[in-house]
Amino acid sequence: MVLLIFLVVMALTMARLRDLFAAVMLSGIFSLLSAMLFTVMDAVDVAFTEAAVGAGISTLLMVGTLALTRRRELTRPRVIQPLPLVVVLAVGGLLVYGTLDMPAYGDPNAPVHTHMAPRFLEPSMDEVGPPNFVTSVLASYRGYDTFGETTVVFTAAVGALLLLGNPPRRDDPPYGDGVDGDSGDGDGVDEDGVDGGGGDGGTAA
Amino acid sequence: MRRHYILRVSLKPLIPIIMVFGLYVQFHGDFGPGGGFQAGVIFAAGIILYALIFGLRRATALFTQRGLEILVAVGVLLYGMVGVASMALGGNFLDYDVLAKDHHDGQHYGILLVELGVGFTVTAVMAGLFFLFAARRPAQ
Repeated sequence: MVLLIFLVVMALTMARLRDLFAAVMLSGIFSLLSAMLFTVMDAVDVAFTEAAVGAGISTLLMVGTLALTRRRELTRPRVIQPLPLVVVLAVGGLLVYGTLDMPAYGDPNAPVHTHMAPRFLEPSMDEVGPPNFVTSVLASYRGYDTFGETTVVFTAAVGALLLLGNPPRRDDPPYGDGVDGDSGDGDGVDEDGVDGGGGDGGTAA
Repeated sequence: MRRHYILRVSLKPLIPIIMVFGLYVQFHGDFGPGGGFQAGVIFAAGIILYALIFGLRRATALFTQRGLEILVAVGVLLYGMVGVASMALGGNFLDYDVLAKDHHDGQHYGILLVELGVGFTVTAVMAGLFFLFAARRPAQ
């Protein structure tokens, strides 16, 4: 409960802060707090992932991004707009309403304990073997899904490489050589990214 | 960070510890919490720490863009190959039972290899993403 209150305080502070560096640090603390929450609820594997990814790598990547941009958010006069406020409150209310008929935490009659546990937790030592049944479920029972997740990570990396990779060389012509329809960079807004691609396509053609 | 001697000296011994902890999480994932995803992230954190301490140029000389790109694909391929191998041995896709005589051993090998593939991919993706961001020049 205390952790949940801390989480809410963190989220509100992050939303109000204008200093982006402090906001990034707070988001790291937010992840660490949720990792602690997962530990309290005995989901150690999830807590581990949250601490490593949320508090570790993504904070680092955000700091790396901050080095490329400004440190402070542009200040804009705060105007309360009624329509978005109503939409947000309505969606939030619906979400809370949706959780009302969910079984309480630790309820022995919850479907997860009456259907999933007898099928997967009890036979997993015999069917798969490892004492940590999270690994059994992750890598064996649902190995196909984990394969899909790995492919998603792979695809995301390919996308990021295509967008950010190949930093433009100084001797590249500023707008490519116009061979492969890169008229799209005529707006001259983000020349960096488009140039790299255009230059490459030109050499390949 | 060339001038920050205290940071360099105090952080340098952490790198091998982080790497060994990554290996522990990777290969001990079927007995305790952990697995390929977490180990990959921890390994990437070690690589990134190296890059922060010794500079991007030295880090990318060791972990080249090309090498990381290959590692990303090798991880996914390793995972897929385990599935194909279990099909070739007469089971279903990713059915590890057929990988060894005893089905417990088969499951164990399968999970180990599959987690290794995930670890490869996640390490390379995380480190590669950081290098990509760090290599960009700030906007004017």
